[in-house]
Amino acid sequence: MNNLTELANKLLGDGTATKVIGYEEAHGKTRPCFCTEAADTGRLVLDERCTNNIAVYLTKPEIVGGHKVAVTATLPVLRTMVQLAMENQLPDGTTAIVSTESGEGLAVLPTVGDMERVVAGTPLDISGKERELRERLKAMSREERWQFWLGEMSRCIKCYACRAACPLCYCTRCIVDNNCPQWIQPWASPLASMEWQISRVMHMAGRCVACGACKQACPMGIPIHLLTLSLAEDIQNEFGVAPGSVMDHGNVLSTFKPGDKEDFIR
Amino acid sequence: MENLHITNGQLAQWLDDMRRDGLRIFAPVAQGGKTDFKFLAEGDTVAEDYVQTAQSAKRIVLPMAEVLFSYRKHGKDIEVANPGTDRFNDTIIWKARPCDARAMRQVAEVFTRDYDDAIFEARRSHTTIVAFSCNTCDDCCFCTSVGGSPGGTEGSDILVTTLTDGGGALVEVLTPKGEGLAAKYLAGAARADGIDKQAHLADVRVLFSADEVRAKLDGAFDSPVWQEQSERCLGCGACAFVCPVCTCFDIQEDAHGARGRRIRCWDSCGFSMFTQHTSGHNPRPTQAARWRQRILHKFSYIPEKLGEAGCTGCGRCSRACPVDMNISEHLKAIAGHE
Repeated sequence: MNNLTELANKLLGDGTATKVIGYEEAHGKTRPCFCTEAADTGRLVLDERCTNNIAVYLTKPEIVGGHKVAVTATLPVLRTMVQLAMENQLPDGTTAIVSTESGEGLAVLPTVGDMERVVAGTPLDISGKERELRERLKAMSREERWQFWLGEMSRCIKCYACRAACPLCYCTRCIVDNNCPQWIQPWASPLASMEWQISRVMHMAGRCVACGACKQACPMGIPIHLLTLSLAEDIQNEFGVAPGSVMDHGNVLSTFKPGDKEDFIR
Repeated sequence: MENLHITNGQLAQWLDDMRRDGLRIFAPVAQGGKTDFKFLAEGDTVAEDYVQTAQSAKRIVLPMAEVLFSYRKHGKDIEVANPGTDRFNDTIIWKARPCDARAMRQVAEVFTRDYDDAIFEARRSHTTIVAFSCNTCDDCCFCTSVGGSPGGTEGSDILVTTLTDGGGALVEVLTPKGEGLAAKYLAGAARADGIDKQAHLADVRVLFSADEVRAKLDGAFDSPVWQEQSERCLGCGACAFVCPVCTCFDIQEDAHGARGRRIRCWDSCGFSMFTQHTSGHNPRPTQAARWRQRILHKFSYIPEKLGEAGCTGCGRCSRACPVDMNISEHLKAIAGHE
């Protein structure tokens, strides 16, 4: 029995959790899996192949309803859990199981405070490749950039895998599913798909933890994560808040206080 | 109909000639890290090294958004404009897979069986399918489990089998449309003689029996298997949209004051909104109910009507799924379920 299985069994056994959300191996990759008893936990794995953001299940009543949940969390998953907690969306009593820094051991993070400490200690490092892509986009003129995105959006089929895979897209009724009024044309066409993506990333501004789940889920391979990354960069420049960091004062674009100097909300 | 044997040079020339003649060709091209169909434009290279395109070619006959009619209101009078069916251009689908060509017939059943959809018919009559047999396959392929074959001819106007020994290609001319194309572009090609087509096809393993799946599904409506299998499903529409057989659509209104258009656009039974009633009631309230519908529709309801599964084993849904909802794995489990 490996350490992860042992630990999952312990959490299920002592009542810390009634369901473990984790990863299993399948078809040469990993995928999300759910364990509710010791007989299930033998298949759990947690390594660098685990790239799905399984925090997406934490806001699904079908999955977490009536359960105390433990999540085997990679760093992007942990960042998401901290963000969900701040938005009051992390189910009470949710526990994280993480690999220790050395990568050899495992640690249990029972509280949001514990999760925040780990996240604060490991700032997001956007990979060289992503940085390069963003630089390429930034170097374009507005017209070139518009044409680039129109071209990319012409491949969009509006399957909404980006929305479904995003752990922070948890609205019970999405703006695109509203038809009274119909804010966004529901069929796929370059402009209608662009409208959807603009809405998506605007809703993610200052919240996105840059996990890349949207890009990974896109069956057409459209680099939509560059949109959220670019906005995250703007947020960082304007407000000094890095994506995926612990925000002490709430989301920068949706936190209001009586003492704010702007008076539009009073 | 005849079988021809052409050289690799003749095969390349055939495509070049069609492009030079300005034919509208829908073919696989590498784009954004994926290989997918697109209308060939100058400078596009037809992809060579891939197993399956990201999407099927169904949008040639069933586009993502189809304008059914447009209208304009003048006081109490309404003027309706039918876009007509004479606006379509001939299109050649180049390098479809046999599973795609076979799927076209099933899509046609939906739009012509009880009611002749004039727009669909017109699009289809303008379409010629030049399919290519599969020399290779991957773990997601399962055409042989649902009555297909990597060299199946059903639904194709021409089927090309490239010979794996580098000795050119076998061209099976299958329909009058195919004959028309072959007469123009392959005149003078040699007759094929004694080519063992089977030897050049991919070895696609049989994973389950569709009949067995269908028999098991008969009593499975209330089975816990749907909840178990669908637990990780995220409820997106990727599987349905890349599927060559899925035909579900929504009717939407593109209204701008006194004028507007009515549009038929792709929809997916995986979406929670798909069955949402105006009252708020949803007869398929969970992802488990929606996954059950997907499987029952393809492997029970369609077989009941058409005598074969509503799936040609192309494997695209498994490749597109962000959380590995691998359909053949699930069907195998259902076939083996007690």
